[in-house]
Amino acid sequence: MRHHLVLRVVSKLLIPFMLLFALYVQFHGDFGPGGGFQAGVIFAAAFILYALVFGIDHAREVLPEHVLRYLVPAGLALYTLTGFAGIALGGKYLDYDVLGSTPTAGQHLGILLVEFGVGVTVSAVMVSVFFTFAGRTRDVDEEDW
Amino acid sequence: MAFLDHVAILQVAVPLLAAPLCVMLPGRHLPWALTLAVSWFTLVCSIVLLAEVSAGGSIAYHLGNWPPPIGIEYRVDAINALVLLVVSGISAVALPYARRSVEHEIEPDRHGLFYTAYLLCLTGLLGVTITGDAFNIFVFLEISSLSTYVLVAAGARLDRRALSAAYTYLVLGTVGATFFVLGVGLLYMVTGTLNIADLAERLPPLAESRVVQAAFAFVVAGMGLKLAMFPLHTWLPNAYAYAPSLVTVFLAATATKVSVYVLLRFVYTVFGHEFAFIEPVLAWLVLPLAVIAMLAGSVVAIHQDNLKRMFAWSSIAQIGYMMLGLALASASGLTATVLHLFNHALMKGALFMALGGVMLRIGAVSLASVRGLASEMPWTFAALVIGGLSLIGVPGTVGFVSKWYLILAAIEKGWWLLALLIVAASLLAVIYVWKLVEAAYLQPAPQDRERVRDMPPDMLIPLWVLALANIWFGIDAGLTTSVAGTVVNAFLGGGS
Repeated sequence: MRHHLVLRVVSKLLIPFMLLFALYVQFHGDFGPGGGFQAGVIFAAAFILYALVFGIDHAREVLPEHVLRYLVPAGLALYTLTGFAGIALGGKYLDYDVLGSTPTAGQHLGILLVEFGVGVTVSAVMVSVFFTFAGRTRDVDEEDW
Repeated sequence: MAFLDHVAILQVAVPLLAAPLCVMLPGRHLPWALTLAVSWFTLVCSIVLLAEVSAGGSIAYHLGNWPPPIGIEYRVDAINALVLLVVSGISAVALPYARRSVEHEIEPDRHGLFYTAYLLCLTGLLGVTITGDAFNIFVFLEISSLSTYVLVAAGARLDRRALSAAYTYLVLGTVGATFFVLGVGLLYMVTGTLNIADLAERLPPLAESRVVQAAFAFVVAGMGLKLAMFPLHTWLPNAYAYAPSLVTVFLAATATKVSVYVLLRFVYTVFGHEFAFIEPVLAWLVLPLAVIAMLAGSVVAIHQDNLKRMFAWSSIAQIGYMMLGLALASASGLTATVLHLFNHALMKGALFMALGGVMLRIGAVSLASVRGLASEMPWTFAALVIGGLSLIGVPGTVGFVSKWYLILAAIEKGWWLLALLIVAASLLAVIYVWKLVEAAYLQPAPQDRERVRDMPPDMLIPLWVLALANIWFGIDAGLTTSVAGTVVNAFLGGGS
C-alpha cells in the first residue's frame, strides 16, 4: 500500500470525519434518524478503512484485541445495567422514567445509555469480525491459496 | 418485596447480565462459578414463579412499564412456569457436573467464552419461555440458537465433525427461525399486534383468512424444524453426538422442550381450537409424522454404534410422543405431552450425563468401547440403566407416567392400533437399551483398555439427582400431573 498515495491521503482526511459522523449518528439518534447500530457500523467502518489502507498490524496497535474483548461485552453490560438501574430506582426493568428528575429527562437519558451500549458492542463486534477474518491469512502459506 | 415484584424479569435479565461479565472474568474457575451461581438463581426464580402460578393464576410483568399490547409483556402461567423449571432445573443440576467435564473437553483458554455462550443459551431459552410477545419469542429464540451453534461447535476439540454438525444446525435452525418470524409477521399484518394474549383475542374473527392460515403453516414448519419433528430432524443426531457433554445434556433436556412449548402455545393459545383448519393439520399431518418419528427414530437408534447418537435418535422418537399427544388434542393427550416434556428432560439429562462420564474416563462412547465397563463404573452405569428403564417406560419411572396418559388418550379415541404402535415403539426402546446394557454388563472388557475408576463424586451426585428424580416423579407424579391438569384446562377449557 506504500505507493497508493491518493488512497492514503484521502483516508487520512476521511477517517476523523467518519468517526465524528458516527458520534453524531450515535448521539443524535434520539432526535433524528440514527442510533446505536448505524453509529457502531460507521465507527467500525473507519477502523476497517484504516486497516485496509495502512495494514492490519497498525490497526491492531490502535485497537488491540484484548481491548476489543472487553468492549464487546461492555456494551451489552451497559444495556442490561441500565435496565437494572430502572429496578434499583423503584421502577420496572428498562423503565427510563425513573432515571431522570422528570420522566422526559429519564427517557432521554435511558435511551441514550442503551443506544450507546448498542453502539459500543456493534462497533467492537464489527472490528473483531474483520480482524478475525483478515488475520487468518497469516496462518496460510502462499502456495496453499 | 422487591424480589417478588421483579422475579419474572430477573429470571431472564440476570443470566443476560452475567453473560457479558463472564467474558471479562479471567481463568477457568471464575466463569464456571458465576454460571453455577446464576443457574441456581434462575432455579430459585422459577420455583417462586411456579409456586405463585400453580393456583391457576398468571403473573404479568410489563417491561419498561409500557402497558401491553404496545410494550413487551412477560406472562407466566402454569405451562411456562413448568418449562422454566425444566430449563433452570437442568441447568442448576448440570453445572456442578460441568466443571470437570468442561475442563476435559474445552480448550483451557476458552472456558470464559464457552460459559458465556452457555449463559446466553440459558437466557434465550428462559426468555422464549417466559415472554408473552410473539416477536420477542423470535428474538430470544435467535439468542439461544446462535449460542447453541457455538456450543455445538465447541466439541471440535475432541471431534472435528462437531464443526459440520454445528454448520448444518446453523443452516437448518436459521431456516426454522426465519419461517417462524415470517409466520409472526403475517399475524402482525392482519391483526396489528404481537402480544400473545391480544393475538388470541383478535384472531378468531379472522379464522377464514388465507393469511392467518399461511401464518399457521409457517409457525408449525418453523417450530417443527426447531424441535426436530420428523422429517425436519436431520440436524439433531450429529449436533447432539459431537457437542461437548455438558452441551448435549443441556440441549437434549431443554432446547427441544422449549420449542415444543412454543408450538403448544401457538396451537392452543394463539390460534386456539376454534380454528377449523387446525384440526385436520393435527390429525392428518402432525399425527402420522409423530407416529413415524416414534417408530423410525427408535429403529435407527437400534443401529447406532455411537451411544450419544443412539440416544439422540431416541430423542427424535421421544419428540414423536410429545407431538402425538399434541396432535391428539384431547385432555389426556395434552397431559401426556406436558408430562413427557418434563419427564423426557429428566431421562435424557441423566442418560447424557452418564455418557459424559464415560467420555471423561475412556474418551469414547461407542458400544464397543463401553464393553465390560459396568464393573469399573458401577454407579454411572446403574444410573444409565435407570435412565434407560425410564426411556422404555417401565412402571415406577417417569417414562411410564407419560406413556400411560398417551396410551389412555389413544384408547379414549378408540384408536387401538395407535395404542399398539406406542407400545411397539417402547419395545423398540427395550432393544437399544438392552444393547447398551449387554455391552456394559455382560461382555468382557477389551484387553487393551486400562481399567478406569468411576466418575468423581461431583459428577456422580448431579447424575444421581436426575436418576432419582426419574423414580421420584415416576412414583409420586402429583406435582407434574397437577400442573399438567392446570395447563390442559387453560388450553382446552377457556378457549384462549
